[in-house]
Amino acid sequence: MTLIASSIGRKVAMALSGLFLIVFLTQHFTINLTSVFSKTVFNEISHFMGNNPLVQFVLQPILIFGVLFHFLMGFILEIQNSKSRTINYASYKGSANAPWTSRNMILSGIVILSFLGLHFYDFWFPEMNYKYVEVLPLNSERYFEEMIHKFQNPIRVGIYSLSFLFLALHLYHGFASSFQSVGVNNKYSKAFKPFAVAFSVIVPLGFVFIALFHYFIAF
Amino acid sequence: MTRLDSKIPKGKLSDKWTNHKAHINLVSPANKRLLDVIVVGTGLAGASAAATLAELGYNVKAFCFQDSPRRAHSIAAQGGINAAKNYQGDGDSTYRLFYDTIKGGDYRSRESNVHRLSEVSTNIIDQCVAQGVPFARDYGGLLDNRSFGGVLVSRTFYAKGQTGQQLLLGAYSAMNRQIGRGKIKMYNRHEMMDLVLVDGKARGIIARNLVNGKLERHGAHAVVIASGGYGNVFFLSTNAMGSNVSAGWKIHKKGAHFANPCFTQIHPTCIPVSGDHQSKLTLMSESLRNDGRIWVPKKLNDVKAIREGKLMPTEIFEQDRDYYLERRYPAFGNLVPRDVASRAAKERCDAGYGVNKTGEAVYLDFAAAITRYGKEKAHVKGLDENDSILVKKLGQEVVRSKYGNLFQMYEKIVDQNPYEIPMMIYPAVHYTMGGVWVDYNLMTSIPGCYAIGEANFSDHGANRLGASALMQGLADGYFVLPYTIGDYLADDIRTGKIDTDLPEFQNAEVSIKSQLEAFINNKGTNSVDYYHRKLGKIMWDKCGMSRSEKGLKQAITEIKALREDFYENVNVPGTTSEFNEQLAKAGRVADFLELGELFAKDALERTESCGGHFREESQTPEGEALRDDKNFTFVSAWEHHGEPSKAKLHKEDLKYEEIEVKTRSYK
Amino acid sequence: MNLILKVWRQPNSETKGKIETYPISNISPDMSFLEMMDVLNEQLMTQQIDPIAFDHDCREGICGMCSMFINGEAHGPDRLVTTCQLHMRKFKDGETIVIEPFRAKAFPVIKDLTVDRSAFDRVQHAGGFISVNTSGNTQDANSIPIDKHDADNAFDAATCIGCGACVATCKNASAMLFVSAKVSQYALLPQGKIEASDRVMNMVKQMDEEGFGNCTNTGACEVECPKGISLENIARMNREYLFSNLKG
Repeated sequence: MTLIASSIGRKVAMALSGLFLIVFLTQHFTINLTSVFSKTVFNEISHFMGNNPLVQFVLQPILIFGVLFHFLMGFILEIQNSKSRTINYASYKGSANAPWTSRNMILSGIVILSFLGLHFYDFWFPEMNYKYVEVLPLNSERYFEEMIHKFQNPIRVGIYSLSFLFLALHLYHGFASSFQSVGVNNKYSKAFKPFAVAFSVIVPLGFVFIALFHYFIAF
Repeated sequence: MTRLDSKIPKGKLSDKWTNHKAHINLVSPANKRLLDVIVVGTGLAGASAAATLAELGYNVKAFCFQDSPRRAHSIAAQGGINAAKNYQGDGDSTYRLFYDTIKGGDYRSRESNVHRLSEVSTNIIDQCVAQGVPFARDYGGLLDNRSFGGVLVSRTFYAKGQTGQQLLLGAYSAMNRQIGRGKIKMYNRHEMMDLVLVDGKARGIIARNLVNGKLERHGAHAVVIASGGYGNVFFLSTNAMGSNVSAGWKIHKKGAHFANPCFTQIHPTCIPVSGDHQSKLTLMSESLRNDGRIWVPKKLNDVKAIREGKLMPTEIFEQDRDYYLERRYPAFGNLVPRDVASRAAKERCDAGYGVNKTGEAVYLDFAAAITRYGKEKAHVKGLDENDSILVKKLGQEVVRSKYGNLFQMYEKIVDQNPYEIPMMIYPAVHYTMGGVWVDYNLMTSIPGCYAIGEANFSDHGANRLGASALMQGLADGYFVLPYTIGDYLADDIRTGKIDTDLPEFQNAEVSIKSQLEAFINNKGTNSVDYYHRKLGKIMWDKCGMSRSEKGLKQAITEIKALREDFYENVNVPGTTSEFNEQLAKAGRVADFLELGELFAKDALERTESCGGHFREESQTPEGEALRDDKNFTFVSAWEHHGEPSKAKLHKEDLKYEEIEVKTRSYK
Repeated sequence: MNLILKVWRQPNSETKGKIETYPISNISPDMSFLEMMDVLNEQLMTQQIDPIAFDHDCREGICGMCSMFINGEAHGPDRLVTTCQLHMRKFKDGETIVIEPFRAKAFPVIKDLTVDRSAFDRVQHAGGFISVNTSGNTQDANSIPIDKHDADNAFDAATCIGCGACVATCKNASAMLFVSAKVSQYALLPQGKIEASDRVMNMVKQMDEEGFGNCTNTGACEVECPKGISLENIARMNREYLFSNLKG
C-alpha cells in the first residue's frame, strides 16, 4: 500500500493507466476507422466486441476501472498539488519554462471527461440498455446505422471534434512523459518521442476525420 | 613578552603525530556519551569535525548562521585539494608536500603542524571518495590530478571548478547521517554571541536565534570554533557576505590569543569593482594565468581614451602595450606567485594605468593563446595556418574547452565577450592565513576551546598555496581535532552536564542583551554598511597589498575614530526580537572595527616583508619583498587587554629542524 | 535606470503579507539584482521603513542561499544563474519588477523574501549520505575504478546547490528534481549502491511528508535550475524507487 500512497507510486500509476488507455484508444480508433472503408467490417467487429463475453465481462470492466482510476487519481493529485502551495504567486510566468499542454493536463482531462459523459450517453448507455436491460434481440447490422445517426447533428460533431482536440493536447504531454514517469529517460525513450508526438496528433485527428467523414458523406 | 608553549611533541618530525596519537588520553565509548561538544561553523572544518565527533560518540551541537550547513563559504572554493598521493608517479611525497607548504608560506608556519597536515592529506582523499565525492576521473576510471600554483608535481584532486562544493557536500552528508541518528543537534540560523567560561574553561556559548532574536544558552564540555576567515574586514573580498570574524573575536576577547592578523592573501585574478554599488568580488581561477598575458597600455592617453570608451583595447598596437609581469619577471612572467602578481597590478594602477572607469583593472589577454592554439589545431588538422579567421575560430574552441565556464561567468558579470575583448582583472582579498592562535592540539589559549580550519593560524604561514585551504579544513576536522580533543575531554568524564543556570551564563546573556539593545536604541544616522564600507576602504588603502609605517599608523587612528563614530551614530532599524539582518550585521561590523585595528597594529609591528605581508620599508632595491629571518621568525600572538591598542604581544618562535630556510626569487 | 519594484512584505510567518510598491532610481545596469536590493534597503532605511529581508550569502552563484521569484520566474528572467548573478541589464528602464518569495507549503515564509528551506535538510537527513565512518582507514581512493561516464553524471547531479528554485517554479511545488539529484549522485557511484534501496525509500518518504507536491513532468524545474540539473535524474529516481519497492 505504501507504493500507491507515495508521490512516485501515484505518478507511475498515472503513467501506467494512461498507457493502458492509449492502448484502448488505438484499438478503438482502428475499429472506427473501418467504418470509413466498409460498413460490413465495422458491423462485424462491433458485434464481436459487443457480444464476446471476454470483451464484455473481463476487458470492459478493466477498461472502466482504468478510466475511473486515471480520472480519480488525476483529481486526487491535482487537489494535493494545489494544496502544496498555499499562497499563489502574484506573478507567475508558467509559459517561460513549460509548455501549455504540460501545465493544463487537468483542464484537457476535464474536457475529455465531459466528452466521455456525452459519449457514454450517446453510445454506451443505449448499448447497455439494448443488451442488458431491455434485452432486445441480437442484430449484427445495427451498429453502423446507429453511428451514422449520431453524426448527423453538426453541434454534436463540433463538440466531438473539439473534445478530440483536447485529447490531442492531453496526449501530447501525457504519452511521451509517461516514460519519464516510469523511470525511462534514455536514448531509446528519446528516440521514441517523435512517435509519441505523432501518435498524439494523428490518432485524435483521425477520430475527428471519421466524424467529419460520416457527417459530410451523409449529406 | 612571553614565549608561548605550542605543545609540539618531542621526537623526529615524521614520527611526532603517530607517537602523539599513541600516547594521548582517550575517552571510552561509554563515557563519550556523557560529553557534549559545541561546533560553531559548518564549513569544511566544522562540518567534518561535527560529523566525526558524533561518529565517535560525543553529543554534538553544531551552529551556523546560514539557513543550512551546506551554505558555508567553503562551498565556493574552485580549484582543488592537494594530497600527497603520488598517483601520477611524478615524485610527490609527504615530505615534498610538507616542504612546498612551508616554502609557500614563506617560512612563517609551524613545521610540526604542516608535516601532520601532509601526512593526513592522503586519508582525506580516501575518506571523501568513500563518501561519494565525485572527483574528476580519467577514462581508466581512476582519479585525475591537475597541477596548481607553480608546484612541480600534479597533486591536486578536483571536481571541475566546484571542488569546494563537492567536498563540503560530502562533509555535510556525513553530518546529515549523524543528525538523522540524533548525534548532532543542528542549529541553523543561529549566531554565536559569546563564549562562556566557567573556572577558566570553555563551558558553552550564548547563541542568538536569528529568526526570532531569542538568546539561548548552550553548555558543553568543549567548544570548537570553525568560523572561517576574516577577509570581510576589507568589506570587498571574495568571501561570502555573511563571513565574519565574530566567533573568533569573541573568544579572543575572552582570552584566546589572535595570531598573525596581518597575514592576508590577495588573489590576483578577480573580476574588478564596477562601481560604488559593488558588494563583493568574484574570483576567477588562477589557472587562467597559464594562457593569459597581463598588460596595461604604455601611454596615459590610451588609458584615458579607453576609460572614456573611445578606444578598444584591441585597437592598441603591440608596441604600445606594457606586459609588465613579463618585463619585470622575465623568468616566471605571468606565472609569478599570487602576492607578486597582485602587487605588480597595484603598482601599475597606482601609477594611473588602470583600464576601467574606477582605474583599478588590468587586462588579461587571451588573444596570443587563441592564435597559438589555433595555429596548432590548424596544423594538426592539415588546414591553412595563415587563415586568420580560421585560426581564431579553432583557437577559441580550444580556450573554450579549457576555461569555458570561467569565460561564461565573466561574460554574465561584465557583459563583455572575453574571447574578443581582453578580460579585466584586479586583485582582491581572498583568504586570511592569520587567525586564532592554537597549539599542536588545535586548542586555543583557553582550555577546552579549539579553533580549526581558516579560523586558526597554524598551517599556511604568511602565504597559502593554491588548493591547500580545503586540505587543511578537512585535515583539522576529520583527522586531527577528533583525536586531540579526547586528550582534554578525558578529564571531564565525571563533570556531568554543564549547568546553563550558572551565573557565568546569566551574566554573558545579560551583557549581550544590553549590547543588542544599545544598537537598536542608538537611532543614529548612518547604516551599518556605511561603516563597513569605510572600514574596508581604510583597510584596502593602508593595510592591503602594500603597507607602510605611515599608512599603518594612520589606519590605526582612523579605524579607532571610525569605531567611536560607529557606536555613536550607527542606525540599526527594527527590534531585537525579530528576524533582523541589520542587527546581526551590526554585531559583526563592530567586531571587524576592532580586529581591523589589531590587524594594522600587527602589520606595523612586523617590519619585514613576507608572503602576503609587504612592508614598503623592507624591500630589495628592485622592489621585491625582503624577509627578515633574524628578527621575525616567530608567530605574533596577541592577547586582548580591553582594546586592540592595548593588546599584548606574545611570540612563538618558529624552529625549522627538517628544512633549510631560503629566499624566494622569481626573476 | 529607474524602476518600480513591487515587493512582498511580510513581517513574520504568523502575519499575513502583501505587496508594497517602491520606486527606485539611478540603478546602474552593471549592478547585480541583490546590489539593487541593497540600494533599495539603504533607501528604505532613510525613509524609516523596515529594510526588506532576503537571503543571500556567497553572491557568486554557488551557496544556494539567495532565492526570490522575480517577474514570475525563480531567480528571474535569465537562465542558468542564481539571483545574485542576475544583472540589472536584463531589465528595461522604467520596468515594473514583481519580487516574491519562493512559495511552497514546505517553504514557509520567515520574513519578506526569506523562506525556511529546512525541509530540504530533513530530506537529506533521511538518507542523503553514504554510511561510512571517518576512520582514516577506508580503502585507497583508487581501489575502485569508476566509469568516467558514471562519474561525470554523478558530478552533474551533485552540482545541485539546494536553492529550491525547482520547488518554487514547479506549478505543483514538487521537490523531485532536488531529491532525485541527490539520489542519482549516489546511485551512480559504486560506493553508494550498497544502500541505494534504503536511501531512495527513506528520502522519498520524507519528501512526501514535508508536503511537496507531485511531479507532473512539466520540466519547468530543469529550465529554471541555475545549475541545469537534468530531468534524467527524476527518471532515475522513479526507477530506483520502483525497483526498491518491488524488491520489498
